[in-house]
Amino acid sequence: MNETTCHLDALAKGEGLFGRRAFVRVALGGVGLCYAAAIGYPVYRYLASPVEKAAALAAVTEVTLKDAEKLSPGSVLMFKFGPRPAMLIHHKDARWVALDAVCTHLGCTVQYQPERDVIHCACHGGEYDAYTGRNISGPPPRPLTAYRVKPTEGGIVVSRT
Amino acid sequence: MKQAAQSVCAWVDERLGVSEWVEFARHKAVPLHRHSAWYYWGGVSLFFFLVQAVTGVLLLLYYRPGPDAYESVRQITYEIHFGWLIRSAHSWSGNLMLAAIFVHMFSVFFMHAYRNPREFGWWSGVILLLATMIFGFSGYLLPMNVLAYFATKVGLEIPHALPVIGPKIAELVRGGLEVNEFTVQRFFALHVVVLPALFVPLLGFHLWLVQRHGNAWPPAEEAKPAAARKTIPFFPNFLMKDLAMWLIALNVLALLASLFPWDLGDPADPLKPAPPGIHPEWYYMSSFQVLKLFGQWFPGLAGEAVGMVLFTLGLVLWFLVPLYDTTQLAGRRARNTSYFGLFALAVLVATTIWGYAGLR
Repeated sequence: MNETTCHLDALAKGEGLFGRRAFVRVALGGVGLCYAAAIGYPVYRYLASPVEKAAALAAVTEVTLKDAEKLSPGSVLMFKFGPRPAMLIHHKDARWVALDAVCTHLGCTVQYQPERDVIHCACHGGEYDAYTGRNISGPPPRPLTAYRVKPTEGGIVVSRT
Repeated sequence: MKQAAQSVCAWVDERLGVSEWVEFARHKAVPLHRHSAWYYWGGVSLFFFLVQAVTGVLLLLYYRPGPDAYESVRQITYEIHFGWLIRSAHSWSGNLMLAAIFVHMFSVFFMHAYRNPREFGWWSGVILLLATMIFGFSGYLLPMNVLAYFATKVGLEIPHALPVIGPKIAELVRGGLEVNEFTVQRFFALHVVVLPALFVPLLGFHLWLVQRHGNAWPPAEEAKPAAARKTIPFFPNFLMKDLAMWLIALNVLALLASLFPWDLGDPADPLKPAPPGIHPEWYYMSSFQVLKLFGQWFPGLAGEAVGMVLFTLGLVLWFLVPLYDTTQLAGRRARNTSYFGLFALAVLVATTIWGYAGLR
């Protein structure tokens, strides 16, 4: 508001868009912006440091779970895939399944219920299929991301599909 | 559009009385004379305090007091982007703030600006200086490096020398018989909670008094007839000059902080002997040297006690000066006060230089 009135004043005085007053105004504004950037950029990078670290961690494509092949059938092992919680399920029929453990509804960590053989979210009652991660009831809008599982000698290798 | 903006302005003004402040700012004037340059130093001190508040909060995001203190400062310095710069700016700005306060205080003293009705401004100012020195002392320990460790150890010997209650006080401040992680924890609480909670209201009081009484005329100017004295409007003329000073202060700080990044040093280790040439920060150098001299002149701890008594006495006289030098006109008391100020300044400068010379 003030800017435009001053500007109109300058025009009225015949100084025009390229008058001295306009030039000084633009030059001061430019210098001000430079200062703001010179302070703002380091502060932004400083604040963002842990975010960058987590993002680097999230870029992992494969995790080896040592001794996980000893997991008894009908039980679950929670582990971290990069910064995210994930679950390795050893089903009673001896099949191995690895799924992201973050509910697609509002981000709670889900749990495997072996007696019902489903994945349940305690926050809002969402449920997922324990083999495919498909959302079967409640509010979740999408299935849980499934990982590829490869049992090996020294452990179980979980990787992005 | 314009009408809507005006009615919003009127609505706010009716409730907050903004136009009264604008009116006040319009009539506020700042004396103009050949000593006007000294009027900027309070503002410069305030600028560095604001830098301390901002950089301090930023450091708080990653700093961890207690046994992890050194490691967290190491991470800030070497792993967090621009952490070295934030930390360096905080250290340099703290030193510059103290330097600006000293200039401000001595200029107020020699202009006799503490006289009626500005006594409370002087008293709150002296307390703000002491609080800033305690800020410096407590903040210095937080990285828990070798220098911090010994500085705190030696610093706490001073209350320790007080008769009877001294050792108990030192132990309570230290949180143990030696400087340890509990010391860091309580200095942290002091530095980021207790001191700011006391400092900010006192600073508000100090600034309010400046608004209430305005800038003082130096006695030589005050003797002139009112028509012969010149002033400039506070808004926008003096404020612009003030901001220009802040810009210079910012540039000086940016140069120092980036070209001379603050050293991290080695982690504190109680089993390592003190490194040669270890000395306190410059604002404690004078008292350090005085205590050292008295320690040489008197046997045992008596020297330290005598030095401390003299220092405290000087500080009390300094504090009470508005009650001695009360007259508006130049006279014997005004002259004596000026001599006292010169003497205090000479002692501070001489013992500081002496202290640094003695290190080699």
